[in-house]
Amino acid sequence: MEIALQYLINGLMLGVMYGLVAVGFTLFFGVLDVIKFSHGDVLTVGVFTGFATYLALKAAQVSSPLVQLIVLSIVAMAAMAALGALIARYLVLPLSGAPALNTLLITLMLGTVLREGVRLGFPDGSNPKPFPALLPTTAYTFGHFTLRLDSLMLLAAGLAMIVAVHLLINKTKLGLAIRAVAQDGETARTMGINFTAVVLITFAIGSGVAAFAGVMNGLYYNEINFSMGLLLGVFGFSAAVVGGLGNIYGAILGGFLFAGLQTIGAVALPFASAYKDVFALAVIIAIMAWRPTGLIAEKSSERV
Amino acid sequence: MATSPNVRSPLPALVWAAAATLYGVLFLGAESQRALGTLLAIAAAAVVLGARFGLVDRIRASIGGNERTFDIAAVAGVLAVAFWFHEEHFIILMMTTALLLMVVALGLTIQFGYAGVVNFAGAAFLGIGCYTAGVVTKYTSLPSFLSLPLGGLMAAIIGSILILPVLRTRGHYAALVTIAFGILFKVFLEVNDTLGGPQGIQVKPIVLFGWNFNSPIRIGDFTASFYFSYLLLALILLVLSFALVRRLERSWIGLSLDAIRLDEIASACYGLNLARWKVLAFTLGNFLAGTAGAAYGHVLGFIAPNNFTFGDSLILVSIILLGGLGNLWGVAVAAAFVVILPEKFQVIQEYRLVLYAVLVILILLFRPQGLLPRQLRDYVPGAKPQSTHSPAEERV
Repeated sequence: MEIALQYLINGLMLGVMYGLVAVGFTLFFGVLDVIKFSHGDVLTVGVFTGFATYLALKAAQVSSPLVQLIVLSIVAMAAMAALGALIARYLVLPLSGAPALNTLLITLMLGTVLREGVRLGFPDGSNPKPFPALLPTTAYTFGHFTLRLDSLMLLAAGLAMIVAVHLLINKTKLGLAIRAVAQDGETARTMGINFTAVVLITFAIGSGVAAFAGVMNGLYYNEINFSMGLLLGVFGFSAAVVGGLGNIYGAILGGFLFAGLQTIGAVALPFASAYKDVFALAVIIAIMAWRPTGLIAEKSSERV
Repeated sequence: MATSPNVRSPLPALVWAAAATLYGVLFLGAESQRALGTLLAIAAAAVVLGARFGLVDRIRASIGGNERTFDIAAVAGVLAVAFWFHEEHFIILMMTTALLLMVVALGLTIQFGYAGVVNFAGAAFLGIGCYTAGVVTKYTSLPSFLSLPLGGLMAAIIGSILILPVLRTRGHYAALVTIAFGILFKVFLEVNDTLGGPQGIQVKPIVLFGWNFNSPIRIGDFTASFYFSYLLLALILLVLSFALVRRLERSWIGLSLDAIRLDEIASACYGLNLARWKVLAFTLGNFLAGTAGAAYGHVLGFIAPNNFTFGDSLILVSIILLGGLGNLWGVAVAAAFVVILPEKFQVIQEYRLVLYAVLVILILLFRPQGLLPRQLRDYVPGAKPQSTHSPAEERV
């Protein structure tokens, strides 16, 4: 029972992270019909930006964990929002007329540049870095089950972020514009919506949210490395696909579903934890074979 | 291009082959970074000037008109360079690696270039070949040279697990499947103890008719490096797969693959069986990668999961993109470039992944058809049609 609760918390945490990454994929796909494969690596760059900010703050004698955390998160998110918009402006938009394969390749290669940039550019970047535990680590013990306060706070923050994205998309004028562009870019343009601006803002939002997920990941595992984004990106994309690309709730649902599968796999399989990533990736391949466009299928017909 | 020269003299092709051979000897033999830099600058200048004065087109026309002569010249060129450096272990190893990666790149060309099936797990299929060689020599008493066909077969069989998801998906989704498989393969190797875990596994040398490939060749006064047998093996593999891929491209199979890549719906309407040709292209490409991988495993002697990362798969994709998707000679040049450059310039070694990624991004932005784009389909090599199409307008 206690173990089950532990797994539940862990699964929920993973679900929130995957969901947040998946939201980015689904937003980009919504407005431009492209998949930005560098999304996971943007997350990595975000975490490392946050980590660098933390080191800078420590060097500047700012020792309050709360201030450190807030500044670190804001810097990471703002920087990644800018990076996301730049990527959209200079790499994704110029290729909008080219074959889809080219966008795919260019973002894959960009991901490599970012990943290797972190590895080579960060001092001793090849090795994992200890991410500071900035949240209070008070632990509550119920029998054999320990619940750490920081896990709860992270979970709450992640859920709050999901709600914030939901409100932004559904309740604001900007969200209306994003939804309009996602539905039909041409018509949105004729209605006076600045297409390019909306696309750039969407990419900024998605990338900022990814940076948030990355910081969450760093705070939860207290360790970051240059290739963490690759796996998170693959899982996030899979979550978005499972939920049906272009559908924000589907993406979040997909995130939780995927985290659930992964957690159950880790518990149920006899050879357990060593093969947990192998299992998760095999599940992705199996799901793609079974439902190629996700569990909530993409409604589309092709015009010739 | 409109005034393509009607001269079908083999001279330009032969001069080009000789120049490339000489350049290979100079470049591989150059020790100082300054000499290497000068050589690179000369090559860049030659390419720019050659393109400016139509030399590239003349060489190309000459190659097209005298294919057999040029093929023989190219093989002779590789052999000439190999004999020149026959005692230099490192250079022979580098050449062998380049030749084997060319075979893998040919396999990927069938997939990406002809059928339009994406495969971002090239390094994983190469790795399946390597590990098959390791398992065959470590756990079985099968003759070691059997690892070559077995490696190819294993890659094809394991690849067939992916056939269903790859067939049912397109574009980004298919990319996700192969990326997931590539990462899965490496993680699996790291946690599987039978295959040596993160430390890897030893691959024993090939022994053929009592001849151990790892022993140096001695004939009279001539002594060659212990990698020399592998170089010859790699060259034979490359010649065979090059012939196969070119025949495939020229055949109606190649035509069907091109049609499917360019428009799936239209080709389905004309009665082409999409699934059959995609499966064929995917499996054949993986077979080539696995076969080359088995040979590569024997050459390396020791393999570990870190040789087959996602980054390595992307390097393989860079090779076929830099060369020009579907252009076989372009792929060969790009493979040699990608393998040898970082080995000669040790400074780049660490940065090679970034370098190639940036190069590919620039090419996709400014010259999407690749450095040496694939030419229009030439049905009767040697006879020049009155076509005035430029390759950028129509690429079939």
